[in-house]
Amino acid sequence: MASIGKILRRTFLIGSAAVVGGVAFGAYYVTRPPANPLKPQEGETALSPFVMIDQEGITLFAPRAEMGQGVMTTWAALIAEELDVELDDIRVLHGPAAAAYYNSALVGEGLPNKGYDVTDFQHNLGEALGVLGRTLSLQITGGSTSMKDGFERMRLAGASARETLKQAAADQLGVDREQLKTAKGAVIAPDGTQIPYTELAAAAGQIEAIEAPLRDPSKWRLLGQSQLRLDMAGKSTGTAEFGIDVRPEGLKFASVRMNPKLGGDMKGFDASAAEAMQGVEKIVDLETGVAVIASNTWLAIQAVEAIDVDWGDAPYPPETEGIFAEIAKALDTEPNSTMRDDGDVSVLPEGATEITAEYTVPYLAHATMEPMNATALFTGSKLDLWCGNQAPTLIQMRVANVANLDTEAVEIHTTYLGGGFGRRGELDFGEIATKVAMAMPGVPVQTTWSREEDMRHDFYRPGAIARMRGAVKDGQAVLIDGKVAAQSSTQQAMERYTGFPGGGPDKVLVEGFFNQPYAIPNYRMSGHIAPLDIPVGFWRSVGNSHNGFFHETFMDEMAHAAGQDPLEFRLALAKSEHAPSAGCLAAVKEMSGWTGQTPDGVGRGVALTYSFGTPVAQVIEVVDEDGSIRISKAWIACDMGLALDPATVEAQMIGGMIYGLSAAVQGEITFADGEVEQYNFPDYDGLRMHNTPLTEVRILETNKHMGGAGEPGTPPSMPALGNALFDLTGERARTLPLNRQFDLLI
Amino acid sequence: MVTALKINGKTHQVDLPDDVPLLWVLRDEVGLTGTKFGCGVASCGACTVHIDGEAVRSCQVALSDVWGDVTTIEGLGTPDAMAAIQQAWVDNQVAQCGYCQSGQIMQAAALLAENPVPTDTDIDDAMQGNLCRCGTYPRIRAAIHDAAAKLKEA
Repeated sequence: MASIGKILRRTFLIGSAAVVGGVAFGAYYVTRPPANPLKPQEGETALSPFVMIDQEGITLFAPRAEMGQGVMTTWAALIAEELDVELDDIRVLHGPAAAAYYNSALVGEGLPNKGYDVTDFQHNLGEALGVLGRTLSLQITGGSTSMKDGFERMRLAGASARETLKQAAADQLGVDREQLKTAKGAVIAPDGTQIPYTELAAAAGQIEAIEAPLRDPSKWRLLGQSQLRLDMAGKSTGTAEFGIDVRPEGLKFASVRMNPKLGGDMKGFDASAAEAMQGVEKIVDLETGVAVIASNTWLAIQAVEAIDVDWGDAPYPPETEGIFAEIAKALDTEPNSTMRDDGDVSVLPEGATEITAEYTVPYLAHATMEPMNATALFTGSKLDLWCGNQAPTLIQMRVANVANLDTEAVEIHTTYLGGGFGRRGELDFGEIATKVAMAMPGVPVQTTWSREEDMRHDFYRPGAIARMRGAVKDGQAVLIDGKVAAQSSTQQAMERYTGFPGGGPDKVLVEGFFNQPYAIPNYRMSGHIAPLDIPVGFWRSVGNSHNGFFHETFMDEMAHAAGQDPLEFRLALAKSEHAPSAGCLAAVKEMSGWTGQTPDGVGRGVALTYSFGTPVAQVIEVVDEDGSIRISKAWIACDMGLALDPATVEAQMIGGMIYGLSAAVQGEITFADGEVEQYNFPDYDGLRMHNTPLTEVRILETNKHMGGAGEPGTPPSMPALGNALFDLTGERARTLPLNRQFDLLI
Repeated sequence: MVTALKINGKTHQVDLPDDVPLLWVLRDEVGLTGTKFGCGVASCGACTVHIDGEAVRSCQVALSDVWGDVTTIEGLGTPDAMAAIQQAWVDNQVAQCGYCQSGQIMQAAALLAENPVPTDTDIDDAMQGNLCRCGTYPRIRAAIHDAAAKLKEA
């Protein structure tokens, strides 16, 4: 046990606790250690364990959700690096929902700059959830923050565990700790005798945890190298367990239908036809929707669709056109934020040429491969909830509220996520599954949404409009002045989580807009919030997903107006502003053999977006094949400072780009009569094997700050493709999706 | 009504209505959850299984229409004894979220059974019915070529 005084030095404190037959190492947080998620025996100290060693073996806890980004493996490698164990020899578990796993990096970086400080945020969240005064409990996987968050804590826990185990061995052998070495899960005595950690665990639990300095990166044997992912065998044999796969004994299967006019009420329903259907066990009135519990998911889906429901109207304009008219109106209102206002954009520099353009992007669905689902068992005094989720502590508080239980009476079991992309940071699936299970106490019920229900009840990436004005002179950009208008995902999500509307400048709305690394002397970027009630949320790369397209398409238009090569034009502006960004541009120039010239029938486009601390440049090549345009090749360069696992970073860069290109080519959520018009993948498809480009990735490590990997690959893909199509056809792409304007291979 | 199905070499007696799709027989009745539900309309391939060696979308085959022996991802190989195609998936570190991969692997296995040395175009044609929202296609392609090479050596 370390002393409380050390807490002042940093917000967490490495420590240890004895567990049955062994020892756990982890961290205490801030000034009030929350309850131990592993429920130690009475008299033992509360701590959030990251590693536990007992006679059975070594277990690591990865508190972030594994949704495909490889976090489970890389978090394990952070601990294993210092602990001197092999990844093959350990077991990794998703940590249970625990307040102490709060995501420190997200709190530090996710909040807007001005007028909206952490104290207000904590206050709102705490008061709304009845936990005022308690430590903010955020255990969120999102914002590309996992590595920043775990980088120091995990290694310190590993180092402390190693030194404490050595001390236990030293006591046993009667030698100094300094005389001992460690390797492959064992302490090595001066005479070469090896004592496995598992045999030292009980003794280590009886002595004070030793703080140890971190190893120099030059000594690393795991970090910085590509590791074999720990989840790969399970995911290649159908044995990895997703939320939809949990099978508690006696499980019943349910499906749900909520109002397709999103946010509208339910006036009434007639379930007589459904009640008579085979396998149906119960119809559940959810007040704003209906569910059917049956013996089989498919029977439940058939029955819930047979219910005749009278739905109320949606609280927003019923047609896409009316929705975008509201967004356009917001452009003429006072800005919510102007986070960059350099020089003076009100005066056109003498002799400069002014250009203007307006861009529009649609609402988008997340469309995770695993449809929304959760499984709940409600006994009256306790609730168990199984689901893939990105925010277990928030979901725990929400479903406790729904079930009228203390949070301590709710256990969240986080499984693998069949895709997250921001969708599984929402709480609706957990809440609905809880309500359904409460209709059948004592019986576990799995509620699965049909694909149609999932597609039409998302928290969408908001549709957005940008109005851009710029000026060029002597081949240089001298002015850029942009306005973006969209719904505020941040304010709406705050209200969903807390019941209180968020306020103040919304940084997320303008990320990728105001903070781009170009030295343009007169530079102003404003965000305008469109007051609409369509459910919107966090979609991979969030505000950057639309702003990357706006900013980088306009940069291309400015380069064209200036008579400059679009890559050289950007490179010149980035060099003096942010060297790592310029380095990414120079890298894709070299990788693609960029000359600014392309043969007939071939087009190339470039884009750069700095997001989540990581600049990413992409060059995309398109080829006209008898009138059909194929995205043939792509080159990506990124610089997140330190790539802890290069193969995982490469996978995230390519995957992030494909996610963006899928949206750019054909992603579009539209509305008619208040309802989303897309039902299933035939209406909302992604890139597939035959239309995915051949891609090459280069990872640079010059950035002084550690950046994210999961999201930054998405934003530049959309403008790079649009710019390539301009190069090929001479037609500028100002509206997404692009298949409305170009005959792309789909 | 009770229907007999042979799945992964074992016979199961299933008491469900005739029109329940094979996918939901496997997942909710037999307990083989490796086969995934993605869309229910044969547009994503996550539910792909083999019937008499042919890759089919199990969400579109009614229980009463199952015409032969069913093989699912669990029948192809296990973590301790993987099929060559599964080992190639691990060697090439294909999966991200992993949800679509059972279907991708079953589709790829059927391709290799029919065409032991597929070209890139063959792979495009065979695999384009299988959607992956994480974008693992480049590694899937590499894994199929890798498995083809290893199977040829064997």
